[in-house]
Amino acid sequence: MPIVAGKSHRWRLIGAHGFLIALVLATSFPLAMVLSISLRPGNFASGSLIPDQISFEHWRLAFGISYVDVDGRVVLPPFPVMRWLWNSVKVAGVAASLIVALSTTAAYAFSRLKFRARTATLNTIVLLQMFPPVLALVAIYAIFEVIGAHVSWLGVDSLPSVVIAYLGQVALYVWTIKGYFDTIPAEIEEAAMVDGATPFQAFRRVLLPMAVPILAVVFILSFIWCIIEYPVASVLLQSEDRLTLAVGSRLYLYEQRYLWGDFAAAAVLSGLPITAVFLLAQRWMVSGLTSGGLKG
Amino acid sequence: MQPRYRRIGSRIAVALAALVALVSVYQLYLGGNLALAAACTAGFGLAFYVFTARRTYTYRYLFPGLAGIAMFTVLPLAYTVWIGFTNYSSKNLLTFERATEVVLGEVYERSSVRYQFTLRAAEHGFRIVLRTGGDDEAEAGAGSGSGSAARPPTEFITEALALTNTAPQRVAVVPLGGIDPGEPLPLKDVIARRDAIRAVTVLFPDGAAATMASLREFTPYQALYQRNPDGSLTNRQTGGRLTPNFQTGFYETATGDQIQPGFRVYVGADNYVRVFTDGKFRGPFLRVFVWTVVFAAASVIFTAGLGMLLAELLAWESLRFAGLYRVLLFLPYAVPSFISILVFKGLFNRNFGEINLILDGLLGLRPNWTGNALLARGMILIVNTWLGYPYFMLICTGLQKSISHDLYEASALAGAGPLTNFFQITWPLIRKPLTPLLVSSFAFNFNNFVIIYLLTQGRPDFLDTNVPAGETDILVSYTYRIAFEDSGQQFGLACAIATLIFAVVATLSVINLRLTRANVEERR
Repeated sequence: MPIVAGKSHRWRLIGAHGFLIALVLATSFPLAMVLSISLRPGNFASGSLIPDQISFEHWRLAFGISYVDVDGRVVLPPFPVMRWLWNSVKVAGVAASLIVALSTTAAYAFSRLKFRARTATLNTIVLLQMFPPVLALVAIYAIFEVIGAHVSWLGVDSLPSVVIAYLGQVALYVWTIKGYFDTIPAEIEEAAMVDGATPFQAFRRVLLPMAVPILAVVFILSFIWCIIEYPVASVLLQSEDRLTLAVGSRLYLYEQRYLWGDFAAAAVLSGLPITAVFLLAQRWMVSGLTSGGLKG
Repeated sequence: MQPRYRRIGSRIAVALAALVALVSVYQLYLGGNLALAAACTAGFGLAFYVFTARRTYTYRYLFPGLAGIAMFTVLPLAYTVWIGFTNYSSKNLLTFERATEVVLGEVYERSSVRYQFTLRAAEHGFRIVLRTGGDDEAEAGAGSGSGSAARPPTEFITEALALTNTAPQRVAVVPLGGIDPGEPLPLKDVIARRDAIRAVTVLFPDGAAATMASLREFTPYQALYQRNPDGSLTNRQTGGRLTPNFQTGFYETATGDQIQPGFRVYVGADNYVRVFTDGKFRGPFLRVFVWTVVFAAASVIFTAGLGMLLAELLAWESLRFAGLYRVLLFLPYAVPSFISILVFKGLFNRNFGEINLILDGLLGLRPNWTGNALLARGMILIVNTWLGYPYFMLICTGLQKSISHDLYEASALAGAGPLTNFFQITWPLIRKPLTPLLVSSFAFNFNNFVIIYLLTQGRPDFLDTNVPAGETDILVSYTYRIAFEDSGQQFGLACAIATLIFAVVATLSVINLRLTRANVEERR
């Protein structure tokens, strides 16, 4: 923004740079630190930010490979990190696909079709999405205990139960997708219907292809949400094999068994792809949300 | 012809789906859960109606999404409210039916009758031979009334048993009759296999059962309680009666003693009364509530304040590398929060944490971040600010871009400085669109379970209460601890508190809806 450049201008600039650099250092300190810790030998070793001695022992363990330490003992990986990552990806992938499918059709109805109590239903959905699932943890647990008594693969301590519990996110995304559909003129589909398309064909072949950006955005947002979700997964999952990454990571840092180095490697390993996806999606999200169906 | 095939195909598909639905409902029905079976039938019925009737065409699009919201959002919320009115806890864990089954499953030893047992080698494994002594049979016969033991001394024998594992098994015995069981094995063979023998329940032809009582004896046992037509249970041993008490959720004796396990019952507003009047719960609840509000408000102020300041600074045209700063400062938002919170937990560790190492080196301090209430709260706010400011930086940058440049040019001509610019132009213009986001952020932090639980788990704990609560607990983490960490597992109480949180969230949501709508209307 244009600002009068007075005598103090130079000093202000230097001050601003100083402040920003200090803040960037403070912000990236934990991230740099965890990278450094993952490369240091041992779990208690403390040293400078740039490790004097680089060791890949924690990285080997994170990948599930055991190694032989200096005393000749074989150190086994403490936790199945790759397994957890795979569990997380499975749960998030399935849940995000179902969320997109369920919310897209509902959003189409809200955007295009006329039915009774449309506004009231929409407002209810807006209110409902404000209640995070963490408030209903006990109920979620109790519900899956009942289900598990009849259908054991869908009970407590199973990955499908977590997927089902995550579908509550649908309420959040119906609204997002509907907003995007509203920006696409209905005339395009009406033209298709004049040419003999059924409403479903108009939806499938005309509207959906134009809505791919928002579907991708919703998929990525819900995927990331599922990956980093902690409370529901921590209540529903118990056995070590079935944990998701978010629940499992906590096991590293118990006061009695403090695996700082191993945690650091696992955190970098699993955090990097998610961070990368998020940064890429961020760009996409902005363009996906701002560009409508009509270009130019 | 294609549409016709398609129609036939879709009918077959519908029929198959209906078949699958019916079979699964029938399974539920057989499993004894009538309510669940009825609910599923209703749900499937509605689904088939919507997807086959012509007049419900619109609802075909709506149904999957709305059904999903009803099942996965509304049901858990409604069920939470309902549990808040029950005594669901580790003491009253089961349904009434299950609790009755458990009580009826209790057995007692009829110690007056003893069967001497011996182990005999068989071709494949071993056989157990039981022999009733002739002395006490009359007494036993009178006690049970079955008459089985009133016969002259008899011997019974099992089929050949492997006796290699300790999994419980039930084995029928037959009268020895003319079978030659071979010689009894010495006691050391019995001792070697005593765990396997202990797992064996023998069933007599008349339906009585017996298990191993000692290395030489089996004793028969019998169900302790008998169900009466009015729902009460009679104790066969003492003759006393148990009646189910639907106020307390226990079977009770005539003198009011409660029999474990209890069952879930509706207790009205008891949980709420406890939260607000019982000193044991009221004290921690109020302290936790105050900290929840302080934490949420402070988080909003810090994250929004820092985010806004950065957005302003980075919008300054003379500042070089603004793009680079923006990317670097955005980084905390992109890292998954469960990872960054755990990283901070490690960095703040009192003994091994890098932050204390640095502070120790520079100032000679080793603050106890997790043990001291004030420091723990400070640590939480530092971490939450780190996590949250990029969001507001992003939002404020966006809002500021929508402000017309002319305004700033005019103010520059008038000789205004950055502070005047902010307070006279930027803030008045971004205040309205920003307010709903601030309220959302408050609501989010009000329920920000993850940061509390992963960073401190609510610790340090209050020393003067016996419910699990700590200085850094917010309401959601407090309910989590009541429900899942306390040995009492007071689900009912936890759900009552969760219902109170619902009220707060609902109020915030309505405020937000109003604010957003007001903004939209103003723009029109």
